[in-house]
Amino acid sequence: MALLEVKNLGISFGGLRAVDSVNLEIEKGQLYGLIGPNGAGKTTIFNLLTGVYRPTDGSIILDGVKLIGMKPAEINRAGIARTFQNIRLFKKMSVLDNVKVALQNQVTYSLFTSTFKLPGYFKKEAEMDQRALEILKVFGLDEVSNELASNLPYGKQRKLEIARALATNPKLLLLDEPAAGMNPNETAELMDTIQLVRDKYDITILLIEHDMKLVAGICEQILVLNFGTELAHGTPSEVLNNPEVITAYLGN
Amino acid sequence: MESFIQTLINGLQTGSIFALIAIGYTMVYGIAKMINFAHGDIIMVGAYTICVLTMDTKIPVVLAIIITILVCTVVGILTERLAYKPLRKAPSLAVLITAIGVSLFLQSLALIIFGEKQRPFESIIKIPPIEFGNIVIQGVALVTFIVTIICMVVLNIFIKKTKLGRAMRAVSEDKQAAQLMGINVNKTISLTFAIGSALAAVAGILYICQYLAVKPTLGALPGIKAFVAAVLGGIGSIPGAMVGGILLGVIEALSKFYLPSELTDAIVFGVLVLVLLLKPSGLLGKKRIEKV
Amino acid sequence: MEKNNKKLSNKTWLKPLCYALAIILCYIIISILIENRTFGRKYTSLFIPIGINIMLAVSLNITTGFLGELSLGHAAFLAVGAYSGALVTTNLVSVPEIPAMILALLTGGVLAAVAGILIGIPVLRLRGDYLAIATLAFGEIVRSIINTLKITGGPKGISSIPAYSNYTLVYVFVIITILFAMNLKKSRFGRAIFAIRDNDIAAEAMGIPLTKYKILAFTISAFFAGIAGVLYAHDRSIIKPDQFDYNKSIDILVYVVLGGMGSIKGSVIAAIILTVLPQALSEFGEWRMLSYALALIIIMIFNAGDIREKLGKFSTALREKKGEN
Repeated sequence: MALLEVKNLGISFGGLRAVDSVNLEIEKGQLYGLIGPNGAGKTTIFNLLTGVYRPTDGSIILDGVKLIGMKPAEINRAGIARTFQNIRLFKKMSVLDNVKVALQNQVTYSLFTSTFKLPGYFKKEAEMDQRALEILKVFGLDEVSNELASNLPYGKQRKLEIARALATNPKLLLLDEPAAGMNPNETAELMDTIQLVRDKYDITILLIEHDMKLVAGICEQILVLNFGTELAHGTPSEVLNNPEVITAYLGN
Repeated sequence: MESFIQTLINGLQTGSIFALIAIGYTMVYGIAKMINFAHGDIIMVGAYTICVLTMDTKIPVVLAIIITILVCTVVGILTERLAYKPLRKAPSLAVLITAIGVSLFLQSLALIIFGEKQRPFESIIKIPPIEFGNIVIQGVALVTFIVTIICMVVLNIFIKKTKLGRAMRAVSEDKQAAQLMGINVNKTISLTFAIGSALAAVAGILYICQYLAVKPTLGALPGIKAFVAAVLGGIGSIPGAMVGGILLGVIEALSKFYLPSELTDAIVFGVLVLVLLLKPSGLLGKKRIEKV
Repeated sequence: MEKNNKKLSNKTWLKPLCYALAIILCYIIISILIENRTFGRKYTSLFIPIGINIMLAVSLNITTGFLGELSLGHAAFLAVGAYSGALVTTNLVSVPEIPAMILALLTGGVLAAVAGILIGIPVLRLRGDYLAIATLAFGEIVRSIINTLKITGGPKGISSIPAYSNYTLVYVFVIITILFAMNLKKSRFGRAIFAIRDNDIAAEAMGIPLTKYKILAFTISAFFAGIAGVLYAHDRSIIKPDQFDYNKSIDILVYVVLGGMGSIKGSVIAAIILTVLPQALSEFGEWRMLSYALALIIIMIFNAGDIREKLGKFSTALREKKGEN
C-alpha cells in the first residue's frame, strides 16, 4: 500500500476551482516532484494535505489514516511536515530553539516538571539539544545554532525550515520550492542534502519546484499540474517527453 | 408603546453622537491602521472651547461653533504631526501607547486650565420641543438628527466624488501603491485626522447641549462607546461606523429602560463580543484572508 | 562534548544557589529599608503596591509579550481575584489570619484562572486588534457585573477587608511569579508560546495545538493577576468596581510595553519606576499627570526599544571588558 493516497481531491474558492480531481499516490521512500506553471495549484495542494484548507471533495489517506477534517497540528502529529514558499521561521527565536519547537511532541515533560526544574527537565532538555544539533549538523547549521533565525542569510533560512520540519519526525516531508532564490551552486548542494536526508532518515518527500530540470534530476516520480488539474504523471523522462507538458511550459 | 418610541428616540439621539465620533475612529483606523485612543478627548476639547466661547466671551453662536471646529481640527492635526507621525514605522503597540499618552496629556491639560470641578453649560440650542401626544422630541434631539444627517451626506459626497476623497480611499487600500500613484500620503493622513476631529468637535457641541456640563474626563466615556460602535459596524468602514453608532445608541437606551442601569455597559460590550465572534470584521467590515 | 556537559552540570548547581542568595539578600535589604523607613513614609508605603504592580506586569507579559496578544482587560482578572479573596476573608472572620489568607489566595487565583479560561476560549479565536478590543470589552463586562451584583456590594464595593497583606507575603509572591515566568520561558511550553507569537501558521504546522497553548498562556496570566488581586484587596482594605476599569488595564499594559515585550526584567523595572514616579512627582500637583503623559509620548517616539538595546550593548561591552582584565 502506498504511504500517501490522495483520491479525487478538489477545492473551490467561491466560484473558482483551484484544485480539481487530483489523484496522487506516493510510495514509501519515494522522492516525488510536483511541478507546474504559476497558479497551477501546487501550494494549494500542500495546504490541503496539511489541513490549512479543508477540501471541498476527495480523500487523503496517510499510512491508512484519513486526514480530512484534522487540524494542521493533528496532521503534523499524524506524520506530515512541511516548509513554506514564503519562509515562515520563528524569527525572534534562536536557530536551535526553532528546531526545539519542532521536537515538542518527540521529547516531552510536564509543566510541573519545568516549573520546579525537576531533574527530568534538565535530562529532557539536554536530549532535545542533542537531537536538534544533530539535525542542524546535517544542514551545516550547527555552527550558527545560537543566532537569531532572522539573522541568517536567505539560503540558510530555507535550510533551517527544512531542518525544523524534519525535527517533527514526519513520515512524509513536503518541501515548497526549497531552492527558491538560491544560486545554481547552492541549489545543487541543497538537492544533494535532500537526497541525503531522505536516505538517512528513511522518509518520503514530496517537493514543489518551478525548475523542471532540477526536479527531473532527483525525483523518481513527477506529477505535473496545470490549472488545478493533472496534466501528466510518471517518471521524469516520461513527463519531459509528454507533448502536453511541453506545450504547457513552452507554449505552442 | 409610547415609552418604547420615546426610548427609541433617545437612543437615536445618543446614537447619532456616537456615529459622529465613530467616524473619526474608523477613518483613522482605515488610513493609519491605528486605534486613536485620544479621539474621545477631542470631544472634550470641543466641549470646553464652545463652553468658554459662548459663556465667557459672548461672541455670536455661529462664530463660536466655527472657532470650536477649527480648534479641534488644529488639535487633531497637531497630535498627528507631533505624536503619531514620528511613529509611522513603529510597531502598532508603540503607537497605541502614544495615543494613550496623548489622551492623558489632553485630559491633564484641561485639568490644569479648568480644574477638576464640573462646569455647568447653558445650551446653545433653544428650539422648543415638538410633541406628538405623549412623545416628546427635544429641540436638541432634533438638531442632533439634522446635523448628523447633513454631516453624513456631505462626508459621503466628499469621499466618493472628490479627488481628495479618492486619495483617502486609495491610501487606506494600499499606502505604498497610493504613494507610487503620486498621492501625498502625509497630507492625506493629516486630512483624515482633520475631518475626524472636526466631526468630533460637532459631536462635542451636541453632546454637552444634551448633558449641559463639562469636565476634563468628559470625552472618555463617549469615546470608548463610539469606538465600540466603530468596531461593531466594521472598523475601517464609514457606513459601518454610522450604522454601528446608531445601533449602539438604541441598544444602550433600550437596555437602560428595560434592565437595571448598572448592566448597560455589560449589555453594550456583550453585543460587541457577540458580533466579533459571529463576524469578526464587524457588521459592514471587509474580511481579510491571510495567504499561506 | 563530554567536557562541555560537565561544565554545564556544574553551572546548573551554581545558578540556583546564586539565585537563592540574591533573593534572600534582596529581602533583607527591603526589610531593612522598610523597618527603618529609610525613604520616609511616603515611599515606604509604596513597597506593597510596587510588588503588586510587578506581579501584574509580569503576568500580563505572559499574554502580551510571550504570546504576542494585546490584552486590554487584565484588570478584570485583578478584580476577580480581589473580590473573591475579599469575600473569603470578610466572611471567615472567625478563622485565623494565616489559613484565611491562604484560602483567599487560592480562591482568588483559581477563580481568576477560571475567568481566564472562560474569556480566553471565545476571545483567543480573534486576531490582533480585534482580540485587543474583545479583551477590553470583557474587562468592562466583568466590571459592570461586579457593579450590579449584591454580593460584591455594587458600586460601593467591599470595605473593611482585613489587612492581611504585608511586604513579606507580597515579596514571596513576586518572587514566585517571576520565577514561574522565567522557568516557563525556558521550557517547551514557553517555546511553543513564543513560536505561536512569531508565526502561528508555522507553529501549527509543527504540531503545536494553537488553542491549547494560547489558553494555557492566558490562564496562567489570569491566575497570577488574580493572586495579585487578593494581595491588593488585603492591602487597600476597600475595593470598588471603578478601581478595575480599562484605565487600570492600560496602566498595566504601559508597564509591559515600556519594559519591553517578553522581557521579565524589563517588566519589573518598569513597574517599579512607574509606581514610584507618580509619587515622586506628586509635589507638582496637577502637572504630574501632564509630565507623565509627556514622558510616555517622548519615550515612545525616541523608541524605548532602541534605548534598551543600547543599554544592553553597553552592559555586555562592560562585562566583556571586565572579562578581559
